[in-house]
Amino acid sequence: MGEFKVHRVRFFEYMPTAIRAMSFNAHTERLALARVDGSVEVFNFADRYFQEKVIPGKDAHSIEALCWVGGRLFSAGLHGEITEYDLENLRPKYSLEAYGGPIWTIISNPQGTHVAIGCEDGTVKLFEVLAEGVQFERNLDRQKGRIISLSWHPSGTRIAAGMMDMIRVFDVLTGHAIQRLLVDRSVGGCKSRETVVWTVVFLSDHTIFSSDSAGKVQVWDGHTGTLVKTHQLTKWDVLALSVSKDESSVVAGTSEGTVVQFQFIAPNLQQQEKEWVRTRTFKNHTHDVRALVEIGTAIVSGGMDTQLVVRPLLEKFEEKCFASGLRRIHFPHRNLVSCAQKARLLLLQFPGQLELWRLGESDGHGKPGDILPLKTKPEKLLYLKRKGKDHICCSALSSCGGWLAYSTVSSVRLYRLQTDNNISITKVPKLPKVLRSAHQLCFSSESSYLFAASSQSSVLVISLNQSECKYVHTLKPKSGSRQPIHLMTTSVDGKWLATANSDCEVHVYNLQKLELHCMVPMYSSCPSAMGIHPTTNNLTMVHADQQIFEFSIAEKQYTVWSRKLQMQGLHNLWLNRDTPVTHVTFNPKNPDQILLHDMYMFCIIDQSLPLPDQKTQFYNQMTLRSLSEQERPSHLHAFKVCKSFQDLMCMRLLDDQSLVVVERPLMAINSQLPAPVRQKKFAT
Amino acid sequence: MVEHTGIRVVHRGGSKINFREPVITSDSRFLLCGSGESVKVYSTSTEECVHDLQGHTDLVTGVVLNPSNHLQAYSCSADGTVRLWDFTDGILIKTFIIRYHIFSIHVSEKHVGVLFVVVPMANEKELFQLVAVHLPRSGDPEVEVGELSAVLCDVSPNPGAVSFGTGGEYIAAAKGLQLEVFFFKKQKSYRFSLKSGMNKGINNSFTCISCHPKEDCIATGHADGKIRLWRNFNQKKEYTYSTLHWHHNAVNTLRFTPEGSTNLLSGGIESVLVQWRYTQENQKDFLPRLGAAITHIAVSPDGSLFCTSHADNKITIILSSVKVSAIIQGLVKDDCVRTDLMIDPRSKALVLNGKPGHLQFYSLHRDKQLYNLDIVQQEYIHEQGVDQFQVVKAAFDTHGDWLATVEERRQKSSELEINLKLWSYDEQTQSFVLNTTVTAPHEDQITAMCFSPSPETTLLVTTSLDGHFKAWLCQLAKKIESASWSCDFVGGYHLLKPGCCCFSADGSLLAFGFQEVVTVWSPTSWELLTTLSQPPGAVRDLCFGRLSCSKYLLGTSTKNQLCCWNLLTCSLEWNTPMDVSLLQADPFSENMAAFCSQSGSTDLFVFKPSEPRPLFSKKALCTGKVERAIFAPRDQMLESSEEYSQWLNRSQLYFLTQHMDLMTFSTKTEEDRLLASSKQLMVDDSVAITPFYLLLGRHKQQQQEKQELLTNPLAERTPLPQGSIAIKELLDTPAHVLPSASFLCSMFVRSLLVSSSSAR
Repeated sequence: MGEFKVHRVRFFEYMPTAIRAMSFNAHTERLALARVDGSVEVFNFADRYFQEKVIPGKDAHSIEALCWVGGRLFSAGLHGEITEYDLENLRPKYSLEAYGGPIWTIISNPQGTHVAIGCEDGTVKLFEVLAEGVQFERNLDRQKGRIISLSWHPSGTRIAAGMMDMIRVFDVLTGHAIQRLLVDRSVGGCKSRETVVWTVVFLSDHTIFSSDSAGKVQVWDGHTGTLVKTHQLTKWDVLALSVSKDESSVVAGTSEGTVVQFQFIAPNLQQQEKEWVRTRTFKNHTHDVRALVEIGTAIVSGGMDTQLVVRPLLEKFEEKCFASGLRRIHFPHRNLVSCAQKARLLLLQFPGQLELWRLGESDGHGKPGDILPLKTKPEKLLYLKRKGKDHICCSALSSCGGWLAYSTVSSVRLYRLQTDNNISITKVPKLPKVLRSAHQLCFSSESSYLFAASSQSSVLVISLNQSECKYVHTLKPKSGSRQPIHLMTTSVDGKWLATANSDCEVHVYNLQKLELHCMVPMYSSCPSAMGIHPTTNNLTMVHADQQIFEFSIAEKQYTVWSRKLQMQGLHNLWLNRDTPVTHVTFNPKNPDQILLHDMYMFCIIDQSLPLPDQKTQFYNQMTLRSLSEQERPSHLHAFKVCKSFQDLMCMRLLDDQSLVVVERPLMAINSQLPAPVRQKKFAT
Repeated sequence: MVEHTGIRVVHRGGSKINFREPVITSDSRFLLCGSGESVKVYSTSTEECVHDLQGHTDLVTGVVLNPSNHLQAYSCSADGTVRLWDFTDGILIKTFIIRYHIFSIHVSEKHVGVLFVVVPMANEKELFQLVAVHLPRSGDPEVEVGELSAVLCDVSPNPGAVSFGTGGEYIAAAKGLQLEVFFFKKQKSYRFSLKSGMNKGINNSFTCISCHPKEDCIATGHADGKIRLWRNFNQKKEYTYSTLHWHHNAVNTLRFTPEGSTNLLSGGIESVLVQWRYTQENQKDFLPRLGAAITHIAVSPDGSLFCTSHADNKITIILSSVKVSAIIQGLVKDDCVRTDLMIDPRSKALVLNGKPGHLQFYSLHRDKQLYNLDIVQQEYIHEQGVDQFQVVKAAFDTHGDWLATVEERRQKSSELEINLKLWSYDEQTQSFVLNTTVTAPHEDQITAMCFSPSPETTLLVTTSLDGHFKAWLCQLAKKIESASWSCDFVGGYHLLKPGCCCFSADGSLLAFGFQEVVTVWSPTSWELLTTLSQPPGAVRDLCFGRLSCSKYLLGTSTKNQLCCWNLLTCSLEWNTPMDVSLLQADPFSENMAAFCSQSGSTDLFVFKPSEPRPLFSKKALCTGKVERAIFAPRDQMLESSEEYSQWLNRSQLYFLTQHMDLMTFSTKTEEDRLLASSKQLMVDDSVAITPFYLLLGRHKQQQQEKQELLTNPLAERTPLPQGSIAIKELLDTPAHVLPSASFLCSMFVRSLLVSSSSAR
């Protein structure tokens, strides 16, 4: 296109951590996912796998297991505590010491009245779930050796526990162990090494599945305690098991990165008798599959290679649709990069630190596609370590580059920056008391205000000047939603502030009057990015299901273009893209242009051009290039997609009309992962 | 020219035994396999051919056991018939005439009286359908089958891609990327297709299929080396499959072993038989180093024997403990025969290059490979793109004492390595022993090589593209081992490249074809006697006439000329415009055979050099060009009086077609004799007829006759008393049912008396 100078940034060394545990709530269709650094992410599977909430982790607070009880989320870890999360304020609600040593697993009973944990000291502890918290009820018979895994029989009367070298079946009422199933040690490996039963699954017909560190998946009869069948899947560990809701399929995840499916099938088609048969193998991971969930139409897996993979079971789909495609979720669906457009600075957010970079400069001129020589190299100005144990949840940089703010679940810090000649940073003392933590931070365009998203979708307005910062007002929505705000944007003229929360509500506030201006009509899908146009003050929202809306703030209604777009509908290729749009920005030089990007592409929407219909070629840049100048206008349409940048984390337009593109190549992430387990490859 | 119907082109000897899957009989004693136009019955323990079931008039395309009688077998053929055989006695029981080219045959125990055959679709030649043939109940030996009912349309003609499921409840067929399962009870078929992985560089099309004998599980092999086990296939959507992967190239064949401990056997180009434990698929056994790519696997009905067919025309019989127990080797035909076809003068065996780097000796009469001679004596490495030494030329001297071989390797276009090896026959080991190796005998490829037929000297002549011919002379010593070879003469003609050479029958003349010029030399003095030329066109083949026609020299040129020169006058006797691709002289008569390629097919003319009139001609012998042919001597002379078939009396003409089928000509008298001998075999019972038995049995009979002649010279004239009915009765009936001796005595005496009427 040759319209922009592009800063192609690859110094953001973002490194996601491995996925440790997953739990799926079939009722609300939310998947909770715990990573090794202790952070918990909630994905809305009803809304195109949108990452709705992120609860930042804490040092020395790893999570071993997650479980949903109704709409409440519990976790347990090797620190020995049960934690319940406050999903409205994105923070742990409370932690309860279980007094059983490190906790390896936590499960809830099917009725949702109790949770059970498996402890290092060999006890299975039952906790009653109360409205305000969990309360210890009793221990089941204490065993020798740690309890690694638990599974509750669907009737709620039995619990199977995977231990070292054995599986125990407990009667929940009496608390006594009634079965002891011995698991073989590995055949080839050393006999002295204990076999760890990583997971057990108790089915309603009293069949028990177990997976262990010797690479076996074993099927047991829970009534008699006898081994029915052994499937040797791998030489390494089988770390995860999951059963489908109708109990016709069990999936197992191995250290080799494969997911193996077992199905309950009649060997003879005329007969009713069924047996468990190993069927398909999926290989979507390079490393250990640590967490696995079968959600009816798909198998969701995650592990050491940090990506979340949704592998659809194609036989469950009648026709091709969004859900029938393989999805890989690599990057968070929110921005980790802030950009000071005027000062040409980038703020990179890591869980433990912030980095401030000055972009390189070039005064060269060249043809489209040329690489310009750099006059000054990009330079790392600042490395700011967070204080305290809690990880950083959000950060912001003012566009003049004079202010920097970040927040953890326990505190907010604001810094004054000087970057002209000698770099200096000073912490702003005495922040207002109300500003304790924030879900989102945002500076106004002139850097005179700081907006902090607080509890119950409210926004704190704090005025900034050289001497002090002062609490001004709290903006509250009228809807009374308790969900956190995940997106915030201000207009360039400083008049408007738009917020979006997990309830899919978008509010627009008038900053001059400090009151709610209006609420955008509700749409079922969560907004994933939004921006306010600098000249027309139209609010452009892109939702997780890829729909685009433009809302005129002044007229409190959708614009004509937005209505036209909704009437005509978006192109299927646009709607079936993999990842949500994570940022919207505008071109001040050409008010018709809206710039969007997701992980795989960036797109310029030109509102002056005709919209594409289903028959037009959507990705038409190559065709256009081959056409002559005269023919081109007839082939143009509003969506200009550029895929020359891959694995995009961030894209911003600087004030001097140059683009900043922050890429994090997946290859670079993969190269930093530990080596996978050794596998014999053919011809090596 | 008249077409003669009395002579047929047939497959006899050296035909493929790996064309279709072999069948092991239910008692595991015999192995049946289609071989050319006959079905061969081999003994699984001795590897000997027990019967040759002849009757089909075209390629046999499938053999199956009769499911209702385990002593019978059906065979189908491209001639449109299905024949039912009693294979223990080698009797043709019935012939069912279907009148379509049959590609394969399938049977199942559940469908009694029904055969399933694959025939071409009515209007399209490229598409095939599986049809059910209801066999009519009739006593006639030849029955016309009327009704055919289509079961599956568009199936693969490969018989490995169709399989019957548990108890014949369903039939599964695979073609391309689609698997189709037809349930007989519901009369409904389900289709499952795989996604084409072509854009990812994967070819996952189906290659073969096998159904589990007890459970409803279908195993399919794929071109990318995967094996899929399909289950739950009685519904459109919820079907499922698991994948096994060991083969790195296409899975050629798959077979479930029968019930008991059911295993899955698979084989491919790796020439490794893989045995997968059913339901414990990660446990597998291997039988490696089977010599060549596995093309078929068959399992005996009781599961005690397996056999694998290999690409090098071999059947390996394997015990169920995965140990090789016997190997049946046919004529090895690579994709090309580099050496000429030759006849070993000692063993009368056909000699040509077989396994890479080997010469094979193949007995045409016994249809059996005699032995392999390792020429290159280097390890053969199977890898694409690796050039290895190959045997390109070989020649025997008249008595079979010497064998000369040429091997060459062309690594790059410039570097050519040639070795000339001379082998002497060792009486003790009954084999050829390397005597002399000449490295780089010529600077370029050797085009022709022949031994002098003269009995005085052992002389070898080689011609090469470097423009020279060389004569190699053997300095004979007392012992043949200490004989040594040296180059005697190097000659050329105007720097032209010699293409062929030929000795006259007595060895007194030597002719070379130097492109357009034929030069005739005297091998004793190395003097150029004369040059003959008939431009345009380079000389392709040269042949001296024999016996009464030895004054003629025949030559063929690339520009469609067949010339006959009279050597006494040194002038052209006659010539005809013919595109002769191969000229072959019969060493036992004056006759010559000329193969002419004409518009995609080959015609044969047999003639005497003295008269330009064919003795025999056959138009459109086969498609493509015939490059190799040989006259092989007969072990028993034919006494055909008819003019057109006289040329086949002493020798038999074999030729290789484009598709590497070894074909020959058979006359009516010969076929009658074969039929008679097979009938004779039929009468003989109980003992399996092996050649060993025949040899011994005949010998014994002769001995008996001789003895009788010695002891009782009169017996020759008078009929033996054993012949009379009364004596037979007396001797054969059990003693307790016989009447009293006094009664018998008078009868016995009466039987010995010669009645007065006949005495006169």
